[in-house]
Amino acid sequence: MNQAKIKKETKNSIKVEFEDRTSRLERWKLKYLSFNFLGRVIFYILRFLLLLGISYVILYPFLTKITSSFMSLDDLVDSTVKLIPKYPTLDRYRMYITGYGYFRALFNTLFLSAALGLLQTFVCCFIGYGFAKYKFKGNRILFMLVVFTMIVPHNALQFAMYMKFRFFDIFGIIELIKGSAINTLNTFFPFIALSATGLAFQNGLYIFMMRQFFKGVPDELEESAYIDGSGVFRTFFTIILPLSVPMMVTIFLFAFSWQWTDYFYTNLFLPSGKTLLMGNFVASDLANATGQGAANLAAASLLIIAPLIIVYLFGQKYLIQGIERSGIVG
Amino acid sequence: MTSAAKAAAPKKSRRGASLQAKKQRAGWIFVLPFIVGLVMVYLPIVVNSIVVSFHKFSPLRNGYALDFVGFENYQYALFKDTDFVQKLVSGIQSLIFSIPAIVIFSLFMAVLLNQKMLGRAAFRAIFFVPVILSTGIVEKIDLGNKMINDLGESAGIDTGATEEAGGQLNQIVSAVDIENLFSNMAVGTGLVKYVVTLVNGVYDIINRSGVQMLIFLAGLQSISPAIYESCSIDGATTWETFWKITFPMISPMILVNAIYTIINSFTSGKNEMMVYINQVYTSSGGNVRSAAMSWIYFLIVMVVVGIVAAIISSYIFYQRKD
Repeated sequence: MNQAKIKKETKNSIKVEFEDRTSRLERWKLKYLSFNFLGRVIFYILRFLLLLGISYVILYPFLTKITSSFMSLDDLVDSTVKLIPKYPTLDRYRMYITGYGYFRALFNTLFLSAALGLLQTFVCCFIGYGFAKYKFKGNRILFMLVVFTMIVPHNALQFAMYMKFRFFDIFGIIELIKGSAINTLNTFFPFIALSATGLAFQNGLYIFMMRQFFKGVPDELEESAYIDGSGVFRTFFTIILPLSVPMMVTIFLFAFSWQWTDYFYTNLFLPSGKTLLMGNFVASDLANATGQGAANLAAASLLIIAPLIIVYLFGQKYLIQGIERSGIVG
Repeated sequence: MTSAAKAAAPKKSRRGASLQAKKQRAGWIFVLPFIVGLVMVYLPIVVNSIVVSFHKFSPLRNGYALDFVGFENYQYALFKDTDFVQKLVSGIQSLIFSIPAIVIFSLFMAVLLNQKMLGRAAFRAIFFVPVILSTGIVEKIDLGNKMINDLGESAGIDTGATEEAGGQLNQIVSAVDIENLFSNMAVGTGLVKYVVTLVNGVYDIINRSGVQMLIFLAGLQSISPAIYESCSIDGATTWETFWKITFPMISPMILVNAIYTIINSFTSGKNEMMVYINQVYTSSGGNVRSAAMSWIYFLIVMVVVGIVAAIISSYIFYQRKD
């Protein structure tokens, strides 16, 4: 390494050649013909195979769904046709897209899911922060009630919930003023009321997630913000929220896709407008699920799932490691 | 600060509150939406449902009548209904097996999906599919298909219902194979049984761990890369890094996932107990009985959740001074 010969010199870079440098072939051998490299390659291959296998397990039901959704009536009764249809047809998709108003349902659902998803994400973030960072009287008991809302499924409260929103009243105050309770069915009020108070589907889980996440955020972050004169809410919005982007994206994806496929709440709260939404636009077909009907439903469920996968592909871009989010280590 | 502020601005008495009181107030404001919903919507609904379970239901020509009967419905569920207690015990036994498996599997998969590799976005999208399938209309369609498969009415058509793939996988690994494998190793029959149930239920476990995997993935992304960097500079191996850094940092999310898995397994529509309660609901005069049964059931779930939460909580690591 003593004799360095300058090969090429420009303004910004310089290429030097050492006389006793190991040859390119030697270097290549050292790098790639080692046990370390071999181990890495084996690990990569095994990981890929494992993921591929599990993906197959997940996707197998879809394979049959996709192919059966393209089968014509002849293929359905033909017992020699298993996976690949002999006479493929697009009739099912055509039927749902034009006859059932697929795009109308798509846009209605998109709007409702996005709005409620954002609302739920934000509200649960807010509530979770309160539970994680502040010690006030009743914190533990209130949090137990959050877990309680997780435990009791809304199906079990179906009737009581229906009656509550059919005759909506707050301790008889509305009845005193207006003379009768309000019928909030067929409006978006029940959805908004449940989402804005962290009581909608699986919101207990979201609050729990956010609480656990915020508990792991070092207190020094807020303390330094307070010392710099920032208030509680400003600290929350400008310091804490940017930290929790992966959590919020995940929660939004959950809330969005569960609202997207929902039929329970739309059935309960929107009895007359339910077929305008994704979860119910195939409701009339659910009863006959044999042969032709099953293939129809396969097409329908693919039409319901496909937009969600696209949304997820966009969303998962925000789920990347390697961005330094908190300024404090250790 | 307090006394000085008070002297400077005597009108604004709120400014004089101690830091403790201020923090308490801020905490209340943050959880206020939940309290409002709880008091105005949720608790009335729950109380209504509990009150109904203490009554006898009799339909009238124009509505229904409720007569107070005390604990009769609860006594019926616990002592007279022979199926209820039996199903409860067997259901809890089977869940003890699957819940740890789901949590461990989803953590493992989340760690894998968090690494940089070819086709990561595609794999992540595929692993998101079970999240969609687990609820709502898609689940309902699948359940319908499954029922038809069970009845054997779908001639010639592969409906692609979920259970079918499970059935095929079951044939890949039979219980006898695993028993043969383990008999040479001289381990207890309990372990053999456990492994057999796990392997046969692999389809079920994969499809039930979608949500948990995403939660873990989000948790993994929140770990500061600087910690990993300093670890690798100090010469830690991947294995050490996982147990010393990743595992403690992800432990808050392990609690979430354990609790969620328990609740989801116990109260999902596919659970044997919930199916049974629904059956009772549709039988004559069964709606009050099913209410009583579900409240007994939820009470048991609460106890289970409480025990598990207490155990896991004592091992959790939070990155803060407490």
